[in-house]
Amino acid sequence: MHLPVGESLNALCAGLILICAFAIVGTRQVQGVRRFFIMQSILLATSCFLLAWDEHVADLWWLGGITVTAKVILIPWVMERTLAPEFYIRRELSQTINIPSSLLFALLLAVGSELLVGPIASASRNPVIETNLPIGLACLLIGAYSLAARREAIPQLLGILAMENGAFLAGIAIAPTLPLIAELAIAVDVVLIAVIVGLLTRTIEKTMGTTEAAALSELKEETVEWR
Amino acid sequence: MRRMIAYNIIQILFVLVFAPLYSGVLSRFKEIVQSKRGPSIFQPYRDLWKLYHKDEIISDQTTWIFRITPYLVFIAPIFVTVLIPVLTDYPLAFAFMGDMLAAGFFLALAGFFAALAAVDTGNPYGPMGASRTRMVGFLAEPVFMIVFFTVSFVAQSTIPYVVQQQWVASAAAFFSPAHVLLLVAFLMLILAEGGRIPIDNPTGHFELAMIDESKGLEYSGRGAALMKWGGQMKFLVLACVFLNVLLAPWGLASGESIVQILIAVPLILVKILVFAVVLVMIETSLSKLRLFRISEFLGAAFIVSVAAMIVSIFVAV
Repeated sequence: MHLPVGESLNALCAGLILICAFAIVGTRQVQGVRRFFIMQSILLATSCFLLAWDEHVADLWWLGGITVTAKVILIPWVMERTLAPEFYIRRELSQTINIPSSLLFALLLAVGSELLVGPIASASRNPVIETNLPIGLACLLIGAYSLAARREAIPQLLGILAMENGAFLAGIAIAPTLPLIAELAIAVDVVLIAVIVGLLTRTIEKTMGTTEAAALSELKEETVEWR
Repeated sequence: MRRMIAYNIIQILFVLVFAPLYSGVLSRFKEIVQSKRGPSIFQPYRDLWKLYHKDEIISDQTTWIFRITPYLVFIAPIFVTVLIPVLTDYPLAFAFMGDMLAAGFFLALAGFFAALAAVDTGNPYGPMGASRTRMVGFLAEPVFMIVFFTVSFVAQSTIPYVVQQQWVASAAAFFSPAHVLLLVAFLMLILAEGGRIPIDNPTGHFELAMIDESKGLEYSGRGAALMKWGGQMKFLVLACVFLNVLLAPWGLASGESIVQILIAVPLILVKILVFAVVLVMIETSLSKLRLFRISEFLGAAFIVSVAAMIVSIFVAV
């Protein structure tokens, strides 16, 4: 069976989005995590535009535009402005589970989500749903996993956003004509969360001198020297 | 039939003759990118010539394994050449003798004997390098397996001549995620198997850091020449598998006349040259990984190949 080029490119985007999700779990530096998140968002927007082109849905053009402005430009820019030192410091992120095992676990999640929703998706007989639904779910789970495995605020924040990317990928396939207002609400919601978490992180960083979440379990006393 | 065998011999000659040139071009490119001048691209030929005219010294502590290994290392890539498309896009005389698994088996056999021979000498650096090669090898094995399974699943065949037609059947097939991800995974595999830079430094002469090179440390004279030539051929053969089977069969001869075969030679060389430029880009922009980071590099390759498999199963192309 041969798919049209547009759907094939969409599938390619979905595959690369999955790879980006793995990379977000597997990278050791904050800057790298951010870079892969941006790449993932660009791919997501591309997939969105491809679907909009294929199915002639005007809403998806808007959604793609929102994705580009919010996730590719705005959020990284805000994060870089507020948390610049954390980005440019070149240290390894601390993790509860080391990276090879994390990657294997993420792989299990991906295979599991394929097995879980693969049959449902293939029942739809729509190639876009068949690709996007399992991969979107896999990205969502992998994002949630990186949220749990990372012990630092910024990668955790990027993990939330990566989860949202996964949900978005599945969403545009299942309901391309969902009312724009609902999509907008979701998109804006997440952006707001991101900004709030970003600002909170910044405050924590100012008072504690670090954004490493593991270090925050100790109470701060009068004269504690962090690093 | 006789013509097919003749073409097969031309393919073997192509690999034999151009393998040293390829390695020479690669190292020259690398030196140029690093703003050095570097040796002539014909230097590997001179090295081989020089080694052939030197005496061979074999330690009396070694066994027959040490003696037959250079021949095995030399012959294995030639066997693989018989099975894969190097110059033609239609199967030649012996193409159905074995599939891609057989090709992988031949290369693995040569690698196995090379590791044994390195242990055989009792030189402390040999076994160290051999055990590292095995480590890289067993991490690379699952990637090769998954790539192989995915390819045979998508193309419904394991014969490389059938597989290569799959990708150019339509633009959608060419851009299908399975194809692109497979290419990435196999490229990483080539870097690992060929001992290129993120894994191993092919130009390094420091025994403690050697991985792939250390296997040939004890060889001299003809043995060293065969080991070297065999290694160069293996790398060229892997590049041919990547370019002709997995990427696309562009530039291959499709007709059966001798002229088309001869035209295919420069076309394939150009293709390999472009690939050499890409390799040099990768090699100069990365640094050699620490030994225990290699598992992460190959783990990433494994993830990519499994993603290709997942996508290929659920997205029917």
